[in-house]
Amino acid sequence: MLTLILLLIPLIASILVLFLKGESVKWFSFFATIVQLLFTFYVYSVFQNKEAAKSLLAINIEWISSPKINFNIALDGMSLLMVFLSNLLMPLIVLAGFNRTQERSHIFYSLVLLMHFALIGVFVSFDGFLYYIFWELALIPIYFISLNWGGVNRITVTLKFFIYTLAGSLLMLFGFLFLYWNTNLHSLSWFDLTVNHICSCKQGFIFWMFFIAYAIKIPLIPFHTWQPDTYSTAPTQGTMLLSGIMLKMGLYSLLRWLLPIIPNGVAEYTPIAIALCVIGVVYASVIAIMQTDLKKLFAYSSIAHVGLIAGGIFALNMQGIQGGMVQMLAHGINVVGVFYCADIIINRTGNSNINSLGGIRLLAPRFATYFIIIVLGSIALPLTNSFIGEFMLLFGIFEYNSWAAILAGLTVILGAVYMLRMYQKVMLGDLNENVTVFEDLKWNEELVLATIAVLIFVFGIFPKPILELVEPIATEIFKISFVK
Amino acid sequence: MQAVPQNWYLLLSTFMFCIGVMGVLLRRNAIIILMCIELMLNAVNLLLVSFSSYAGNAEGQVFVFFIMVVAAAEVAVGLALLVSIYRNVASTDIDILSKMKW
Amino acid sequence: MTQTIIQTSNLYLPTLLIPLLPLLGFFINALFGKKLGHTSGWIATAVLFGAFACSLFLFLNLPAGGSETITISNWFYFKKIFIPFAFLIDPLSITMLLVVTGIGSLIHLYSIGYMHHDEGFSRFFSYLNLFIFFMLLLVMGNNYLIMFIGWEGVGLCSYLLIGFWFKNQAFNDAAKKAFIMNRIGDLGFIIGMFMMLFYFNSLNFDVVTIGALKLGIGNMTIVYITLFLFIGAMGKSAQLPLYTWLPDAMAGPTPVSALIHAATMVTAGIYMIARSNVLFSLAPHTLDVILIVGTATSLFAAIIGLKQNDIKKVLAYSTVSQLGLMFAALGMGAYESGMFHVVTHAFFKALLFLGAGSVIHAMGGEQDMRNMGGLGKFIKITFATFLIGTVAISGIPPFAGFFSKDEILATAFEHNKVIWGLLSFSSMLTAFYMFRLVYLTFSSSFRGTDEVKHHIHESPATMTLPLIILAACSIIAGFIGLPTILSHTHLFKNYLSSVFAQSKLILPAGHEMSHSMEWILVGTAVTLALVSIAFAYQKYVMQKHVPAADQDLKGLSKVVANKFYVDEIYNTVFVKPIMLLSDLFLVVVDKLIIDLLVHAIAFITNQIGRALRLLQTGHVGFYMFAMVISMIILLAVQIFVVI
Repeated sequence: MLTLILLLIPLIASILVLFLKGESVKWFSFFATIVQLLFTFYVYSVFQNKEAAKSLLAINIEWISSPKINFNIALDGMSLLMVFLSNLLMPLIVLAGFNRTQERSHIFYSLVLLMHFALIGVFVSFDGFLYYIFWELALIPIYFISLNWGGVNRITVTLKFFIYTLAGSLLMLFGFLFLYWNTNLHSLSWFDLTVNHICSCKQGFIFWMFFIAYAIKIPLIPFHTWQPDTYSTAPTQGTMLLSGIMLKMGLYSLLRWLLPIIPNGVAEYTPIAIALCVIGVVYASVIAIMQTDLKKLFAYSSIAHVGLIAGGIFALNMQGIQGGMVQMLAHGINVVGVFYCADIIINRTGNSNINSLGGIRLLAPRFATYFIIIVLGSIALPLTNSFIGEFMLLFGIFEYNSWAAILAGLTVILGAVYMLRMYQKVMLGDLNENVTVFEDLKWNEELVLATIAVLIFVFGIFPKPILELVEPIATEIFKISFVK
Repeated sequence: MQAVPQNWYLLLSTFMFCIGVMGVLLRRNAIIILMCIELMLNAVNLLLVSFSSYAGNAEGQVFVFFIMVVAAAEVAVGLALLVSIYRNVASTDIDILSKMKW
Repeated sequence: MTQTIIQTSNLYLPTLLIPLLPLLGFFINALFGKKLGHTSGWIATAVLFGAFACSLFLFLNLPAGGSETITISNWFYFKKIFIPFAFLIDPLSITMLLVVTGIGSLIHLYSIGYMHHDEGFSRFFSYLNLFIFFMLLLVMGNNYLIMFIGWEGVGLCSYLLIGFWFKNQAFNDAAKKAFIMNRIGDLGFIIGMFMMLFYFNSLNFDVVTIGALKLGIGNMTIVYITLFLFIGAMGKSAQLPLYTWLPDAMAGPTPVSALIHAATMVTAGIYMIARSNVLFSLAPHTLDVILIVGTATSLFAAIIGLKQNDIKKVLAYSTVSQLGLMFAALGMGAYESGMFHVVTHAFFKALLFLGAGSVIHAMGGEQDMRNMGGLGKFIKITFATFLIGTVAISGIPPFAGFFSKDEILATAFEHNKVIWGLLSFSSMLTAFYMFRLVYLTFSSSFRGTDEVKHHIHESPATMTLPLIILAACSIIAGFIGLPTILSHTHLFKNYLSSVFAQSKLILPAGHEMSHSMEWILVGTAVTLALVSIAFAYQKYVMQKHVPAADQDLKGLSKVVANKFYVDEIYNTVFVKPIMLLSDLFLVVVDKLIIDLLVHAIAFITNQIGRALRLLQTGHVGFYMFAMVISMIILLAVQIFVVI
């Protein structure tokens, strides 16, 4: 029941916000997301009590009898982590829009909240078909957000993004149908699928159906070309949604719907998957070094980071899986931070080329401090949130293959290269002629960045609660997906 | 009650259906084509009723009702369209009505 | 492995306070620095003196040869691997603690005077405090991960402090370079940790040591682990080929150079190897590599040092050279000697840097020695203390540098005569360029403008006091490690003996050197040093030789003055290709190949649509015909083709 409430709050808010006008739209959305966040903490406290958790959190009612589709939602450690990430980021994303003016803002925020609903849905669904519906539903609001509120070239770019992801989803749907007809139980319930695996001869085929769908969403090389354009064209809040939460759908799905469902298929093709991931890490990092557009640079850096997460997951060992989960949270927070910083800069200066920026630290020291903290967080300095995750992921890959780990480990160096180069060009040095005025942070901006900075340190210094939250489910997934 | 052999029904409905098909294919007047479609539907209806009686259950006849309702709706919409087309081009010859292409 | 024992030891509180005090100082300065004004410097210094007092307390209260693990929390765990947040207090870490907090607090004191007019006064002290915090984590951690936190943390602070004057992009470049070079080493460190996790399931020093001992001498696993760790040390301690960041790092304020890039951070690599001494002793191949790299670095940097004209650059290359000497000591398994040199070097090199800072302060920011000269008359305290430091580094008895350097040279003589020759030569060069520095700066007459000359003044007491204390230490510090010819008890060796006891069992025992041989060695070393000092005196005082302007250099001296063009080579070999690759990936792979494929799919779909739309003739009759024909075909398939 609690899970259902978690799901319904954003949906109801999304409908109600349509009837509002002006500033109240933002305040209402903010209020709704805060309520949702507080409720998440309550759910977490319930979750800690294992006995009560089962009955309070899970719902399983028949929805369609033939084909057998259930409305099956539940929460486990990983779901809760992702729900927590979404609910943590949502207030920040809404808050980020407070000093921006938008046309038809009630529709915009309605779409944002609808997206929130769909994302939560993806993370709590335990029935394949229900999951698929939410997966597709998440695409619709972001499509309209990018299409109506995006920057130049938005129509072409959004179309590319839409068709790319839709093609992936189609493959996944096909995979689900195939799965449905080839299991004895004729059920798409996660609990059934993880117990009754289909014949390993057919798993390889399904692996590719699912893998391509997720590889597009994550995105992995070579399915990534929609991403830099989309990130730089979409409105910032859209980019924050996309990079912070939506791309985690892909990673989450790897862990939820790929590894435990078709372990043999995964085991068979994991070398290819890891190769793609590791090459992607280096490839995207190298491209990021020479990027001059702020948002594209962050987009490529994000490709590198998620490539590492996916690589760790495909290493199919405990630390890789657990590290992947932890890193999803960390990356979500950091990437939202960097894109917001990029937005602040672009919004103030009207310029996203790092060569024509510079010296901003002189004018906005507070902003510079937050920015460097976020930059350090995303290059995984110890005691920031992404360190433990990156360490575990690299160790996971190392256990799989030490050369792959060394190659993927280049991210440690290259990450520092592109991030510090960017920071130096944008923030340090003497004032660039294009930057004459740069107002320091407004209250809402400071609130967002301060929250992110605090989160970076909190999860970096106290990683244990998160690790313990996901440990049971990570162990379970590891045990199911471990093939001798 | 089985006065007429089942085969006869089959033959009759096949004939009716073929007449309908030929009409649809060969005639140029849209109204006649619409009528031929009705003919085909009724051929199927006849078949359904006869089989329903042959098999001794009512399901076939239920379907006939469905088809009749749908056919009525279809005729209503179709004729309305035709009237509207006739008002515009003063003809119902389908060879003239060939503007609906890419 | 996962004790949750609440520590009741009387060392618990002081141990906790040591890193916490600088951290507290950091927070105070970072949050309220603007309001505090110049008080922030005093706060930063005070917390450090507090930490020094706590370190002294540990020094006095830790039983001889004992060690104590102070567990603060079970930080996190995954699989069966537990990573505690715990500190290890033993003679080795106490040695480093005393050096870091002791010299650190003197340098803090000095900075109050040096940075007095700087806008970022409180920011500077907050960074310094943060640095000390991380440095303390590095030396106190009881496992490699805690050490790594400190390891990366000091790298960060070094980045922040080198680029302290961030308006200057050249300084920022130097900062970035330092960080990235360090990160190359850090990757090695990380891989080393993975191997330890993989083979020993732990990162705790004691567990790893036990595991390594089980594997035995010469096991390739340990060789790889130690080699990767050594890559980490190369980056942090500026060894060939990763040394180029250290000279550039002189862009930072001078106290930073003294604290981070001479006395403490750069010795982290040596500390790390000394800490894992058992591992390294078990890997003789790695020790050979370390010996070669250390010796080569020592010589290479000393040669470059000969031709540098920037007062801080000379000291920087001298630091690289001395670090090489320390690594050579480690490579011969003489861990105590390496650590001994770390300690004495910390004193005199900090002294030299602070002295150089005082000179620069007096000269109003000028760093080029060609524009100095005759400063001895104006800034007497600085001159006197600087001279003491120089004598110490040159290895003249009874100053500190003599004892530690002599110990290393003696070990080298036993170990390998060639190495001994190279290291002696490098020491000789050191004596030469250091006295070249002194003569050019302090003797003969002033070569700068009158305006600058008018400005020259002795530094305030906050700056000269640390100089005097450090000078005193540079004189007496050597006596904690008297050679066997003078005394039977080597205090320093005895203090650290428990740390290196196991290594001593593993390493082949060196035979005791005869006293006469040792006297000969000492004599040779001192003679060589004196000869090169005399040579420097002859050239720079008698002949009043002044180094030529950069553009007048020719031949070999030009190559040396340009640091053998190493930076340029790295630029061509690594930086440029990566940039090219980046463009290639973006333009060719991303834009051309992948997007071409994507667009090709779109194009094909489009073309198929274009072709198929011809079927849409608009003739209803045709559609119907097609329908009927299709139905007939379907029926035919149904009837005649068995599926």
